[in-house]
Amino acid sequence: MSIGSFLLRRLGSGALAILGVSILVFAFLHLVPGDPVDHLLGGEATADQRKKMEACMGLDLPAHEQFIRFLGHVADGSLGVQCPDPKGKPTVAARIAEVFPYTIQLAFAGMLVAIVLALPLGVIAAVRRGTWVDTLATATSLSVIGMPMMLLAPVLLLVFFIWLGWSPGPTETGLGALVLPAIAVGVHLMAMLARMTRSSMIEVLSEDYVRTARAKGLPEGRVLIGHALRNALLPVITVAGLQFGSLLSGAIVIEKVFARPGLGLTLLEAINERNYSVVQGTVLVIAVIYVAVNTLVDLAYGLADPRIRRG
Amino acid sequence: MKAGIKLSLSGRIGGVMVGVFILIGIIGPWIAPYDPELVNLEARFLPPSSEHWLGTDVNGIDTLSQLLWGARSALTISLTVVSVTSVIGVSVGTIAGWFRGATDEVLMRIVDVLMAFPGILLNIAVVATVAQPGLGVMIAALCANGWVSYARVARGEVLALREREYIHAAVAIGASHVRIMARHLVPNILGPAFVQMAFAFGAVIMIEATLSFLGLGPHLSYTWGAMLDQGTTFLWRPGFMHYTLLPGLAIMWVVLGANLLSDGLRDRFDPRHRGRQ
Repeated sequence: MSIGSFLLRRLGSGALAILGVSILVFAFLHLVPGDPVDHLLGGEATADQRKKMEACMGLDLPAHEQFIRFLGHVADGSLGVQCPDPKGKPTVAARIAEVFPYTIQLAFAGMLVAIVLALPLGVIAAVRRGTWVDTLATATSLSVIGMPMMLLAPVLLLVFFIWLGWSPGPTETGLGALVLPAIAVGVHLMAMLARMTRSSMIEVLSEDYVRTARAKGLPEGRVLIGHALRNALLPVITVAGLQFGSLLSGAIVIEKVFARPGLGLTLLEAINERNYSVVQGTVLVIAVIYVAVNTLVDLAYGLADPRIRRG
Repeated sequence: MKAGIKLSLSGRIGGVMVGVFILIGIIGPWIAPYDPELVNLEARFLPPSSEHWLGTDVNGIDTLSQLLWGARSALTISLTVVSVTSVIGVSVGTIAGWFRGATDEVLMRIVDVLMAFPGILLNIAVVATVAQPGLGVMIAALCANGWVSYARVARGEVLALREREYIHAAVAIGASHVRIMARHLVPNILGPAFVQMAFAFGAVIMIEATLSFLGLGPHLSYTWGAMLDQGTTFLWRPGFMHYTLLPGLAIMWVVLGANLLSDGLRDRFDPRHRGRQ
């Protein structure tokens, strides 16, 4: 496959995924039983109130026109209006834009924590393969993968904020307040990447070029970092990239525990307010970032390694 | 077939961990000392005692009873979701792999879209549109996208199997599509499906707890996720830490056990993976 058709194919499947997500997100509001207007206004609303709300949400239009209207809101970037009070409140996009940077910050910090901890852990486990160090590293990774964020995050908060007082409190948004949430959100990925680094390193360490490097008398540190890790890194970085989206969904739990503003907290608030346009908008934004990052990682990987393109 | 399954040590440990959970899930409600929803405001936040072994919660409900009933609820949801999704997924994957062509293309595009964004987001979106999410809604939400990984793996297996001689032979003697799929294909792709089912058994419990924790689950105070929610709310309260730890560790126990069992099964069914992880 040529680079051109490879790019087209990947971009095409990314676009298809986003279209599919839009349809799904739209469908939720209309396929599930029950009337969203009832949810919003309660049973005792007057006919006039109901009419206004239906008009605001566009529920008085036929389904295909509603979908076109929804796509229009996506296209013009407003993502729709907030229906209980369209004049008093800004658009859905404005509400999301307000909290968006916090979640992105958290996701990047989580990614950083994961990579910085996972690489040494994985390399040491691979080099000391079969020893107690390896067993300990594997056991740690396995238990961390099984540990719910809803357990880890409160425990971190309890120990480092309530008991030790080292961390700034939740609801603060400075860099210091980012540390605990970042650890909580990144530690699952850390465990996953550590295991990947280990198996990838073990494979690479048996390659001929590593033996050659050793044979020509390179110090072991340079063999490990310069020759082995460099080559073992590609699959690890790819997985890290593909998991960026899971950090975004993990952020929902973390933002709730730390009462940290962000996409996740906004989504939960919107669900409680029964503000469906905001629910739709938030879900769509998270999904689009996820698809976009995955497509970019795929593209980068395909460009870096021609073997992928042929598959 | 059962006698032939020899698992690694860690796989067997995982199996025992899952077994203990299933046992507690079955007998839990019978041995629970109290009603898990019996509010007693005079007995709020009691420390562990001989009457309440693990103390009581904000509503004076016995914590041990909540944990035991929570195990039942987690077990019910997980078993249901895993059974439904594995049957749907293996069927869809087998059909796609056997018929190929347009059927395959359509089914796999659906799988692609569902796999293109984080599953829990879809679960949240489904649950969020219902005013009073009950157990049924939760199960439906988890089933909505739970089947896709089974479908993808089953399709890959069937694509490889369909070129085998015994399948050609079955076609040659005039066996129907349904017969070939049900008698010749599905039984031979069950190994990988078991691996996925064991893994999903833990994963479903984790997702279910996450949804309950976010306040999107059934309105039951005793699910492990709801307990974690309450534990987090009263985190500042001295002597209430166990209320966060216990359900959290219970979830960890099941997920860890399920992962170990799944790894063990994978080594058993797919020797290429042996010792690599």
